[in-house]
Amino acid sequence: MTKQQANWSPYDNNGGTCVAVAGADYCVIAADTRMSTGYNILTRDYSKIIKLADKCVMASSGFQADVRALQKVLASRHLIYQHQHNKQMSCPAMGQLLSNTLYYKRFFPYYSFNVLGGLDNEGKGCVFTYDAVGSYERVGYSSQGSGSTLIMPFLDNQLKSPSPLLLPAKDAVTPLSESEAIDLVKTCFASATERDIYTGDKLEIVVLNAGGIRREEMDLRKD
Amino acid sequence: MEVPQKGGFSFDLCRRNEMLVSKGLRSPSFLKTGTTIVGLIFQDGVILGADTRATEGPIVADKNCEKIHYMAPNIYCCGAGTAADTEAVTDMVSSQLKLHRYHTGRESRVVTALTLLKSHLFSYQGYVSAALVLGGVDVTGPHLHTIYPHGSTDTLPYATMGSGSLAAMAIFESKYREGMSRDEGIKLVAEAILSGVFNDLGSGSNVDICVITKGNTEYLRNHLSPNPRTYPQKGYTFSKKTEVLLTKITPLREIVPVIEGGDAMEE
Repeated sequence: MTKQQANWSPYDNNGGTCVAVAGADYCVIAADTRMSTGYNILTRDYSKIIKLADKCVMASSGFQADVRALQKVLASRHLIYQHQHNKQMSCPAMGQLLSNTLYYKRFFPYYSFNVLGGLDNEGKGCVFTYDAVGSYERVGYSSQGSGSTLIMPFLDNQLKSPSPLLLPAKDAVTPLSESEAIDLVKTCFASATERDIYTGDKLEIVVLNAGGIRREEMDLRKD
Repeated sequence: MEVPQKGGFSFDLCRRNEMLVSKGLRSPSFLKTGTTIVGLIFQDGVILGADTRATEGPIVADKNCEKIHYMAPNIYCCGAGTAADTEAVTDMVSSQLKLHRYHTGRESRVVTALTLLKSHLFSYQGYVSAALVLGGVDVTGPHLHTIYPHGSTDTLPYATMGSGSLAAMAIFESKYREGMSRDEGIKLVAEAILSGVFNDLGSGSNVDICVITKGNTEYLRNHLSPNPRTYPQKGYTFSKKTEVLLTKITPLREIVPVIEGGDAMEE
């Protein structure tokens, strides 16, 4: 007698891709704006990026209802922090908070694949990448979501040292300039859009640097 | 007793496959065409339309494939479902029609193609996953049919199939009229396919159109290309990333053929 399986799932996948790249004094976070379910498009204009603190921005793909709930929890925790410490949370601190929040629901996870980007306490770009239950790591660049398998190898090729035997070792924090990094990210998404059906419509790019936060948009294929 | 294979499907491994799936094996996926395909009858004949995206799950395998297949000079067939199945079944029936034309000395009729296709699909009980829109003009006039994977058929003035069929049918149901002109028909078919291309994730890229009238067929490959790649404008160069760390050449031992005697092959 085989075990009865559930015929209803609490989760859905709304698709989409997120990317973040850290530079010497800036951080680029980008995500497409398509929200879909199954073979249908729900909307072409949905932002997956949210500003959590002055120097900390998060992009999340996966199940957007869980993403929205996670964003609200983090925002409220940040407000409490501000009341208690009289300052904004730093990006590494927010990184740890996100990890703890995700692991708190280890046995009914947030179906949310996150990348956190911002500036650390020294003003250098930092990117944290997460899985659905809170395992995280500080990296120089990362991508998550349906197009991540298409984008990650390309970023490895462009940003990573080809071999650990080569000296000088290429630092994970990219030596690219801000405009070069933005161009790289646009290329990533234009290419992922060609081959991934869940990625497309528009690309939203957020850039953090010493001067503040800037937002840019680019059109992608709509088919 | 050894019974020789007579062709068709062998279900011997089904029990083993079920056991493997229960142990957690992911069975390999096949290339499905996702797809929006349509057909409509207008004043002078039939117009068929299709998108050009082939998907393997969530990935686009082919950005510009051909879904309108040749059956006979006056008959064409759009295919949705498993790409291998639609290709194989349309090629097979196309050959059968050609032989039949030689045998009878006459132009092929659409109902002939229809009967050959439906009886083949029925005999495979739906395992040949091909959903087709068959259209053509013969001596009896213009005809348009839909054929389902299990072998049932419909005869219709306008038809849509594939994952984008609802998006396309919404356009047809709003705007179809009997006795449209050629230009009106092409415009409507293009609009229906575009609806699938932009609103269905399984369909995309370009619009192919085929116009069949008495005595003339026009295959408009990539009639519309509304999804050009616009970024980046110039290409990307990939610097050589492999570094040679060590080179070692080991010569192969020479193999010398040995001929013994000289009576290698007699007679």
